[in-house]
Amino acid sequence: MSVFDQQSTRKPPISQIGAVLWLRTNLFSSWINSALTLASLYLLYIMIPPLLDWMIFNASFSFGTVNLFGFDIKFSEAMATNQNCGREGACWPYIYEKLYMYTYGFYPRTETWRPNIVFGLTALLFVIVPLVKHYKHKNRVTLSLIILYPLVSYVLIAGGFGILMPVSTDQWGGLLLTLIIASVGIIVSFPIGVLLALGRQSNLKVIKLFSTLFIEFIRAVPLITILFMASFVLPLFLESGNYFDKLLRALIGIALFQAAYFAEVVRGGLQAIPRGQYEAADAIGLSYFQKNVLIILPQALKISIPNIVGSSISLFKDTTLVLIIGLFDMLAMVNLTSNDPYWLGRETEGFVFVTIVMWAILYSMSRYSRKLELRFNTENTN
Amino acid sequence: MSTEKTNIIEISKLNKWYGDFHALKNIDLNVKEGEIIVVCGPSGSGKSTLIRCVNFLEKFQEGTILVSGTELTDDAQKIRKIRSEVAMVFQHFNLFPHLTIIDNLTLAPIWVHNETKLEAREKALKLLDRVGIRDQAEKYPNQLSGGQQQRVAIARSLCTSPKIMLFDEPTSALDPEMISEVLDVMVELAKEGITMICVTHEMGFARKVANRIIFMDDGQIVEENDPENFFNHAESDRLQLFLDQILTH
Repeated sequence: MSVFDQQSTRKPPISQIGAVLWLRTNLFSSWINSALTLASLYLLYIMIPPLLDWMIFNASFSFGTVNLFGFDIKFSEAMATNQNCGREGACWPYIYEKLYMYTYGFYPRTETWRPNIVFGLTALLFVIVPLVKHYKHKNRVTLSLIILYPLVSYVLIAGGFGILMPVSTDQWGGLLLTLIIASVGIIVSFPIGVLLALGRQSNLKVIKLFSTLFIEFIRAVPLITILFMASFVLPLFLESGNYFDKLLRALIGIALFQAAYFAEVVRGGLQAIPRGQYEAADAIGLSYFQKNVLIILPQALKISIPNIVGSSISLFKDTTLVLIIGLFDMLAMVNLTSNDPYWLGRETEGFVFVTIVMWAILYSMSRYSRKLELRFNTENTN
Repeated sequence: MSTEKTNIIEISKLNKWYGDFHALKNIDLNVKEGEIIVVCGPSGSGKSTLIRCVNFLEKFQEGTILVSGTELTDDAQKIRKIRSEVAMVFQHFNLFPHLTIIDNLTLAPIWVHNETKLEAREKALKLLDRVGIRDQAEKYPNQLSGGQQQRVAIARSLCTSPKIMLFDEPTSALDPEMISEVLDVMVELAKEGITMICVTHEMGFARKVANRIIFMDDGQIVEENDPENFFNHAESDRLQLFLDQILTH
């Protein structure tokens, strides 16, 4: 009888690790792969240097004297004009001059501190929420933030109530408006979307029919059409006295539009939940409401995070469409300011700037989604 | 079996169809309080369907089921009352993967039975102790082995102090080496006088603890008997064939 010999564990052979091996397996594993690698390198070689030349080496950074948080930083004697910026490079002083309009639109310059506080609060929120994760009353804190934050933000930005100078929505614009439309659109539409998704799976035929009709109708219509309807057609049906705010109408349109998309995303998540989860929840005596809130939705939403964020990113980009109903978001402001006769021919700088800002925001959103996914992942935690 | 005990489950003339498929045909079955019943039979014979009717996970079209004197109807109130007395253990455990073990156990006591978090937690820890996995309380279901998960599932169903336990093939999805740890827990339970209906192919378990074994085929109860006569003096050829197939390994 042979004796069983216990094998000891050891590291993989040294020839199977290292940088050369990485290059060979990932970039040059076959002749097609090698060709693609070289072609990509060549493409980068012809694209990157001119871009850098335009953005940095030939560009003008003559901002004059900039006041940053109370400190004067002197870039140059005087701010560059359209004429003394070269044509072969970007004229960033143009962006600097229009930065206010890109950020706040026509918001009164004396009241800028109000949206600034809101921007600050928003940033603070992203810092606070992860910090209270382990705090005992985190649910209470989160809930009060959810209620307080929009209220405070609204009061600050809109003003009124006898304390702050009222600023009508016509004056809101730029990045401020983009962020308002996107966040209100996403936050309001999300619960509606979840309800519609549950409705579409409901045993109650009337609710199911209504949800399905609503979702399919909205999804079959472009957002522009819905914005037009909300902006121009809806007032026709209302009595002339009931004219309500243009921004509010656009927000309602966007929220309903996004709700239909969220509903489909969440429905996908719901369908991925095994029947056994429903049965177990039923068997321990949970009600329909408890079953969905405690068992089904937490799992379904977790699965849907990538798609929820994807859909939110789409919406963020779609907010640029509000231009057509006369709201001036960031992109619309770029368009508008490029007509400035003093700065003719500088729209490229504006669009490049918007691209960079949009990319920074949306890429952070997508990274945040990845973090959320990891945080809620209880499947493979060991 | 003592005759003075009352029927806790009364099933009469139960008929169930899936579309056109006649899954249960005229089932009559009474279960006394504290009785341990094992249901076996080939797959597709309707045994799972039968016990799933008892806590109304499946709707049926004809016949009546009385649980503790309450008749099963569409009335959501009544169904929830019955479900709080009838617990079920599933083949695939069906633990809630997004909750820790302890949260899996305390969910129903807190939300359905309005217990305080502290009470529920204390009771849950005791039950986990009883099934031998108290030290895993803060882990998530997917960090446990199949056998441990099924023991958690049993503890979860015990949390609401049910009068009746339904087991739907509790060991069929387990690796062979884990079956006995689950069966041991079930044997312990059986000794405590809880009413049990088990759908299972574990004939050793049936022989050891069952008061009555029911053999189903083609949606009908073909034969029912006490373990001794069930295994040694099968009345029908169908049961004899079934026993020959599952016992000759």
